[in-house]
Amino acid sequence: MPDISNTIIYIFIFISLYFEVFVLITYFETRLTIKEENVVIKKGLKKYPSVTIMVPCWNEAGTLSKTIHSLLNLNYPKDKLKIMIIDDGSTDNTWKVAEKFKNKPQVEMYHKENGGKYTALNFGLTKITTDLVGCLDADSYVDKDALQNIVTYFQDKETMAVTPSVKVWQPKTIIQLIQKVEYGWGIFLRKMLSYMGALYVTPGPFSIFRREIFDVVGGYRHAHQTEDMELAMRLQTNHIKIANAHNAYVYTVAPATLRKLYKQRLRWTYGFLKNVIDYRFVFFKREYGNLGIFVLPVASLSIFSALYLIAVTMFSFGQSVFKEIIKIQTVGFSYTWPAFNFNWFTINTEFLALISTIALLGTIYMMLLSRKMSEGNVRPGLDMLYFLTLYTFIAPLWMAKAVYNTLFKVKTSWR
Amino acid sequence: MQHNTIDWKKYIFTFLITAIIFGTAIYLSSYFSNKKVAEIRGIQDKIAVDILSSETQFSLLAESSCKDIDNTSLSKELSSLEGKLSIAEKDRGTDNSEVQYLKQYYALLEIKDYLLMKKVAQKCNAEPLYILYFYSTPDKCPDCEKEGYVLTKLRETYPKLRIYSFDYDTNLSALQTLIEVHKIKSTLPALLINETPQYEFKSIEDIEKLYPQLVKSLATTTVNAR
Repeated sequence: MPDISNTIIYIFIFISLYFEVFVLITYFETRLTIKEENVVIKKGLKKYPSVTIMVPCWNEAGTLSKTIHSLLNLNYPKDKLKIMIIDDGSTDNTWKVAEKFKNKPQVEMYHKENGGKYTALNFGLTKITTDLVGCLDADSYVDKDALQNIVTYFQDKETMAVTPSVKVWQPKTIIQLIQKVEYGWGIFLRKMLSYMGALYVTPGPFSIFRREIFDVVGGYRHAHQTEDMELAMRLQTNHIKIANAHNAYVYTVAPATLRKLYKQRLRWTYGFLKNVIDYRFVFFKREYGNLGIFVLPVASLSIFSALYLIAVTMFSFGQSVFKEIIKIQTVGFSYTWPAFNFNWFTINTEFLALISTIALLGTIYMMLLSRKMSEGNVRPGLDMLYFLTLYTFIAPLWMAKAVYNTLFKVKTSWR
Repeated sequence: MQHNTIDWKKYIFTFLITAIIFGTAIYLSSYFSNKKVAEIRGIQDKIAVDILSSETQFSLLAESSCKDIDNTSLSKELSSLEGKLSIAEKDRGTDNSEVQYLKQYYALLEIKDYLLMKKVAQKCNAEPLYILYFYSTPDKCPDCEKEGYVLTKLRETYPKLRIYSFDYDTNLSALQTLIEVHKIKSTLPALLINETPQYEFKSIEDIEKLYPQLVKSLATTTVNAR
């Protein structure tokens, strides 16, 4: 049994290392392109297309005002930007908060019966007359240059959708600091995936689309409550180009507690798995490029490999704890500080330890690259330490439940 | 319309780099493992020379005094070797032929040290403190792990105590002879205390009762220290 277990671990580690190397090669291939894109963005736009930003909200009275203010402050010609608030049957003061903006000429407001986010977006789509359309969740805020930077990418006629870089809004708790690193890593990864033509999520906060693509592929779908992933998959399967504006920043209020994070991630992971099942025909098909051949299979496998590796680690950790308990029961508790004379003999030089260290170093290197891209510096902070030590243990919580819910068709709720 | 082209060269190149990283890790792991085995061999050879030297000294005992023969440092080296051997065993697996060989060699060195200690004690009228411990793998001897903790603790508490531990299943004729001489049964864990075999798990208190000289040795050490 240990041999089979080790073989499975080796395969998983090989695949994750392969993925790391692939992403790093992509980075080295494209880093000059990133610089060129920065130059183009700095030049600014000659022509500003008209844009509508839909803000679907359901009981978002607490954050809506700030969201709308951030949109009003966007560095974009006022006559080219419309803000559409769509109240999806809120039961709190959301509508009252929205009404404060009724005198703003840029703002349009609609109220409809509750039907879920995708129905609110589809409702909004029926009223769109602008060249571009996007959505901003009512718990997110945009950087004032975000829209301009995104729109620059639409100068390429082939580009039909552009995703932003999502950051965590003022992280305070440890759980939020962990997400700060995770989102930073997401910024880097999303950029690399865009170069591979393999973006499989157009994030809810501030992804912008050409209006006409909805005529081609249809509107938003329920999609297991992850409509932003489903839409991206639909665009990809229709060979529609999605770009990424790495320096168009959008801030989202990240869950502050483990319980809230668990709920959110359970929905995301469950949605991911269900959408992957719905789009399983993409797997290993050359016509879907890197997404079908590599990215989607590896992303799906990573959930199972993470669960397997953490189960093996926890089992091994449990065995050590059990041994320690037996030892204490047998000879009592006595702790002596280990002698600090270095002896190389005690360093674990087993293959698994060495290859895991290499994989970890690769991860840290990419985390630093992500930091450079998202924060503009490579200073490691406590957040990275929290991420490296805690994320491995908390992520399997929702991964395991999402796999369980998918296998046994358990309904996963929004909140 | 986006044309999803696949750069197969990149896939192959990535595979090569990943394979090289994997291969390097395999090579390094094997290199360090061999280095560790070589270090163990080196220590064992040194101990073998030390034992031979002590034996030679012993043969010359008539011409030298008892205090000139001191093989206590040998026991310390042997116990440190035991730790390194268990690391090598974990690295390479119990069934590894190199590990088996090292364990045989180690058992032989222990027996030689044990015999020498007894001879020296006899000539010099000393009363050495020692326990022979026979263990096996967890499936054959579930209590051996606990017994190991007890003996480690005893060795820490009583510095004069020498513990000679033997894997009961080590394929070594000298060890089998030792087992036969002391009539050690295969009921493990087995301890030889005061020349009497003891079976089943023995706690620290049990051993202290069976071996009162242990506690006395501590009292002697304390008095001498004063």
